[in-house]
Amino acid sequence: MTDALVVAAPRESRPPSFLGTRNRGRYATGLGVGLATLYLSVLVFIPLAAVVWKSQEKGWSAFWSTVTAPEAWSTIKLTVLASLGVALINVVMGTLIAWVLVRDKFPGQRVLNALIDLPFALPTIVAGIVLITLYGVQSPINVTLAYTRPGIMVALLFVTLPFVVRTVQPVLLELDTDMEAAAASLGASRFTIFRRIVLPNLTPAILAGAALSFARAISEYGSTVLISGNIPFKTEVASVQIYNQLQSDNAAGAAAIATVLLAISLLVLFGISLVERRAVRR
Amino acid sequence: MTKYALRFVALFYLAFLLIIPVGLIFWRTFSHGFGPFWDSITEPEAIHALKVTLQVALLATACNTVFGVIVSLLIVRREFPGKRVLNLLIDLPLAISPVVVGLSLVLVYGRLTPVGEWFSGRGVNIMYALPAMVMATVFVSLPLVVREVIPVLEEIGTDQEQAASTLGASALQTFRRITLPSIRWALAYGIVLTLARCLGEYGAVAVVSGRIKGQTQTLTLLVDQRFENFDRSGAYSVAVLLAMIAILAMLVLTILRPKEA
Repeated sequence: MTDALVVAAPRESRPPSFLGTRNRGRYATGLGVGLATLYLSVLVFIPLAAVVWKSQEKGWSAFWSTVTAPEAWSTIKLTVLASLGVALINVVMGTLIAWVLVRDKFPGQRVLNALIDLPFALPTIVAGIVLITLYGVQSPINVTLAYTRPGIMVALLFVTLPFVVRTVQPVLLELDTDMEAAAASLGASRFTIFRRIVLPNLTPAILAGAALSFARAISEYGSTVLISGNIPFKTEVASVQIYNQLQSDNAAGAAAIATVLLAISLLVLFGISLVERRAVRR
Repeated sequence: MTKYALRFVALFYLAFLLIIPVGLIFWRTFSHGFGPFWDSITEPEAIHALKVTLQVALLATACNTVFGVIVSLLIVRREFPGKRVLNLLIDLPLAISPVVVGLSLVLVYGRLTPVGEWFSGRGVNIMYALPAMVMATVFVSLPLVVREVIPVLEEIGTDQEQAASTLGASALQTFRRITLPSIRWALAYGIVLTLARCLGEYGAVAVVSGRIKGQTQTLTLLVDQRFENFDRSGAYSVAVLLAMIAILAMLVLTILRPKEA
């Protein structure tokens, strides 16, 4: 490999008389863009287009009736509502944890700080096993959340834990405490200081973290599959239903729900990039 | 007073969401010593699953490393139509359900699709075999290298690269001698991140592997299968093995992080 490069290098550095460096650069760019587009198309774009295509195979009305059929609709509703709830809880708890990690000092804090990233590193099925062991039918602490909606929420909260904490933490670290001290010296209560001075500075970071949590929760599969128990109309989340439909050879049904999920993911993704761009412009 | 109340709430939440659950499976696994754990992860099916997992993860990581470097260079250093769209779409895989990833690949490369039939007519099986598993894993970990390398490329600027090429270095020499050394920590970070994600992928691989025992079963699928078969301690052992790999990856990442600054 290295030998080939050494041999190839001098040959390439000799510029052909009629092609300047700029032209060669342009060809390299073209080649690179072409390869990247091919790679993305084969792996991502064509497969995703196939999902949308499959969902529309029998027309829009067939798609619409599949999606609004009672079981599919209750699944979509549950997934969206659970994800919204999870994002909301993360807004409160994530901000609180970030605050405690930045402003408080106690022994073991650094270990705790490092542990926050664990849910990202842990495979989702391991997260599922971990939670069903503590909150399953034979719960050692007598809290059984398996096959219930709160169980789904716990699984989603586990995998989305780092988002808000990690977006708020750096902002809180950079935040100057001068303004807070000034407000305190003017007689503002701690709550007023937090509401009027700290919170406005944290809001963009909190919103970004919440949007990321929502996007992740909407599409989560591995951590919820064990604890949810997949009871139709009760604890069946979208990703699990897509999997089950596919296993029972109903690719069209799976594609219909997948298309709805894709549309929501795209919306959230564009929303986040829009908010980010506005934040940069400011 | 408020300080202690907040600290208590944070610790209580983290204890019941994260620390006790994760601690519990470690305790359940090692409460009878190291022996049963070792026996459980060295059973033939576990060894085979480990081999398949490593094969898939290493191939996918290699693909995404090469792709990641090329795309980062294009986005930061070159101008071309559609650049902003590309930059936005790179992140798409992170927002897509792993099951949808699997479904999308089945619809294009499945056994009964034109593409799948063309390949199987030539003796190559994509779906329910290694190629589809690698593709699914590449899909889910696609943006990780790009997102680490782009900020560093933007930060280092082009002065040194221009100097090198003025002095007669070829594009390849400039990349090898100048660009690569300055992005190496970010690249290493991205590679570890990708590898960790690939080793732990479950949903997408569950769909495209067909879960064939002794053939396409990865470690994450083995955890699931043992759990469903009521082999709880067996499932815990493999889960703990995966958790230890994840923790190791986190440690490596914390070591790599400060060197970038």
